[in-house]
Amino acid sequence: MVGITSYGGYIPRYRLSRMVIAQNMAWLLPVIMAVAKGEKSVANWDEDALTMAVAAAFDCITGKDPKSIDGVFLGSVSLPYSDRLNSGILSTALNLSEEGVTNADFTSSLKSGTTAAISAIEAIQSGSKNNVMVVASDLRRTKMASMYEMFLGDGAGALLFGKEDVIAEFKDYYSITCDFVDHYKSRGDDFDYTWEERWVRDEGYAKIIPNAISGYLKKTGMDINSFDKIVYPCYYNRDHKNIAKKLGIDPSKIHSNMHAECGDTGSAHPLVMFISALQEAKPGDKILMASFGQGCDVMGFEATDKISDFNGPIGIKGSLANRTELNSYQKFGKFRDLIVADLGLRGEAYGNTALTTLWRNRKMLMGLVGGKCKECNTPQFPSPAICVNPDCHAVNSMEDYEFATQPGKVLVYTGDMLAASIDPPAVYGMVTFNNGGRLFCDFTDCELEQVKVDLPIKMSFRIKKKDEIRGYRGYFWKAVPQVTQ
Amino acid sequence: MATGIKDKVAIIGMGCTRFGERWDAGAEDLMVESYLECIEDAGIEPNQIEAAWLSTCMDEVNVGKSALSASIALRLPNISVTRVENFCASGTEAFRGAVYAVASGACDIAMAIGVEKLKDTGYGGLPEFGAAGSYGVSTFCNPNLTAPGSFALLASGYSAKYGIEMGDLKKAMAHVSVKSHVNGVPNPKAHLRRAINEEAVLNSPMIAYPLGLFDCCGVSDGAACAIVTTPDIARGLGKKDFITVKALQLSLSNGEEMQFNNWDGAHIVTTTRASKKAYEEAGVTNPRKEISMMEVHDCFSITELVTMEDLHISERGKAPADIIEGFYDKDGGVPCQIDGGLKCFGHPIGASGIRMIYEMYLQLNGRAGDRQLKDPKLGLTHNLGGFPIMNVCSISIVGKHDV
Repeated sequence: MVGITSYGGYIPRYRLSRMVIAQNMAWLLPVIMAVAKGEKSVANWDEDALTMAVAAAFDCITGKDPKSIDGVFLGSVSLPYSDRLNSGILSTALNLSEEGVTNADFTSSLKSGTTAAISAIEAIQSGSKNNVMVVASDLRRTKMASMYEMFLGDGAGALLFGKEDVIAEFKDYYSITCDFVDHYKSRGDDFDYTWEERWVRDEGYAKIIPNAISGYLKKTGMDINSFDKIVYPCYYNRDHKNIAKKLGIDPSKIHSNMHAECGDTGSAHPLVMFISALQEAKPGDKILMASFGQGCDVMGFEATDKISDFNGPIGIKGSLANRTELNSYQKFGKFRDLIVADLGLRGEAYGNTALTTLWRNRKMLMGLVGGKCKECNTPQFPSPAICVNPDCHAVNSMEDYEFATQPGKVLVYTGDMLAASIDPPAVYGMVTFNNGGRLFCDFTDCELEQVKVDLPIKMSFRIKKKDEIRGYRGYFWKAVPQVTQ
Repeated sequence: MATGIKDKVAIIGMGCTRFGERWDAGAEDLMVESYLECIEDAGIEPNQIEAAWLSTCMDEVNVGKSALSASIALRLPNISVTRVENFCASGTEAFRGAVYAVASGACDIAMAIGVEKLKDTGYGGLPEFGAAGSYGVSTFCNPNLTAPGSFALLASGYSAKYGIEMGDLKKAMAHVSVKSHVNGVPNPKAHLRRAINEEAVLNSPMIAYPLGLFDCCGVSDGAACAIVTTPDIARGLGKKDFITVKALQLSLSNGEEMQFNNWDGAHIVTTTRASKKAYEEAGVTNPRKEISMMEVHDCFSITELVTMEDLHISERGKAPADIIEGFYDKDGGVPCQIDGGLKCFGHPIGASGIRMIYEMYLQLNGRAGDRQLKDPKLGLTHNLGGFPIMNVCSISIVGKHDV
């Protein structure tokens, strides 16, 4: 049986009320007031599609053996690099094997996430792969005072496909590919170019999704209402309902488009909604997932008995619950580089990044892999040639030790107003890991007032450096104080 | 068996510029200013100097690499001049080079000169470390930290370890700054010469929690200079009651604070060790009683507070009480920062260590004017370079030759 063996989700903690956007920008485009309900998820300034993908992927491999993964497919239209394998960075962050693993970025369409999932399943069905992780993630920058600014949110979903311990069996799929251009972005463009909404709704969503779902039903000989949950995107609420009406779907079986909770998360959105549905599924539940982007992929799954005992990941429901209101539209604008603010002379250009150093230390810098001394069992970061324990000092005694998932707590901290920061004060300090080892690092996703000595932390893969001069984006791990605990 | 440096080297001349925002002067001008005072004080000719050490820290501003800037600016007679850099201990490091050269017998008279021109960066605070001050793999992972941010960490650690409310700790820290400003007012060479009160310190704008602006030392340009020789030569030059070096110690972190599991975030490992070694070298058994005065590295108020414990003068956890009771005030048990400290002088990194020794030298010679303490015997200077999590500590003890 081929199917889903785990899932993971990530919705960033900041939520921006659409009314806040409307209050700030409706003077320029009054029509945005019409959709000014609910809130959208907003990635922090140090997040992007890749860091959110890493967060969802970590959630997904909770309790799984990462070394068994032999494929990593990443779907997104907002990946940071256009010629550097983004899923390769994802793999390194997860500290997966480098040998025998096939990675690919699926991009250029909002159905890249579902297409990646189909490719993963076919690779497993063919027998050439055993466990393939599919992650879809998007953070799409939008122009101020645009409908996209209202509709789009940020988020990521991850699915692990395999043959053992399947919690949702893959049944079948059907795809349509057509060059319907509701929006496009050319290489080097900052923002999408969009066509008239009425046409997009009537000729796009309202026809392509029903056609693809009908194609699936015809291929499988199934009745639409034999499904318990049907998942498809469409950020126009009324048209989302009309698609169901057109297909004769019982309204109770439609999964929400999640406009109210987070907005449309792009390539990730079919997975985000699907994972949300899966988190509520009972054994035997059938779920249909469809995407939308120059066509449509439709995939059918059925939950197995194993789903009742499956609860490790935070998933979409858990990360939706971890929520903080971003009540400043100006902060949102700065986080997305929509406004130019003065960072002062301290914020001026740094030197380039030594790619030789990065390569030599990739496990340390991308995967937060340190060392554990084989002589005295002391975990330490980074992994040194001579053990740091003053009673040991063994030479060349380190074995790899992953800190990324180690629980820890705050030892010392500060909030620095002098350091150049997108969101001052720059909160940083030293954390100690409960099982040994410590790290001096940035803190993120917290307010200074919430941080205290001994507060538990979790590590999170984040943007460390944006080198605008050279187009380089550097990543490292930051501590997230668990203020809600 | 090593016998240590005690009484092997005499300081026969010193000089120090006015510290401040010296928009009028470059690093070379500052060097010349301190050098001319120093050589006049020593009463020797330039060609009697056989070797010199130059300390500067920041490559981003200043004199660039090598010691050529000093050799050229001072027109030294083609002697050996060595540039040293060891964070904030750089000045003391240059002094140590000169002292060791004389003690070894390699030369009769040596000079140390320290300078830093900070106010050419275009912004407040020290030059950005991230820009070029850190190299290699740490640039990939260290926070974009600043000096106040890194030392502010100590306050959170200290407050948690000793269960002192941050508000109470901040009051003790405020007293540190108030006291130094009181001392700095009468000093014509200090940068900041205005008395401040506790309320002003507590209400000053936040720089790096919990450090406010007045918890931070100034940022200044300056230079200081010392000429050393052996006691015998000093006597031969007609010097009486001269000052000798009693101890010179350095201690560097080895990564345990950052990577092992034992550092508590509430003390400085290196100062704790270097001070113990210095007391042994100087023959001091009870520093709280025997040290007459100190110039410590008060880059931030919390640094000075913790240093009082690391120097084994206040007991662990008791520095706030000692500070508030005035033990380190001008009329207290061990007057500290009698010249105004880094707080009022600012911290031109390469110069600071030698500037501290300059004040001890003036005090021991009874030449400190309005600031003069009554009959000091032993003076201690302390520098702490880097960050609490990894640092360079230098300590010197100087005193009258016959003590």
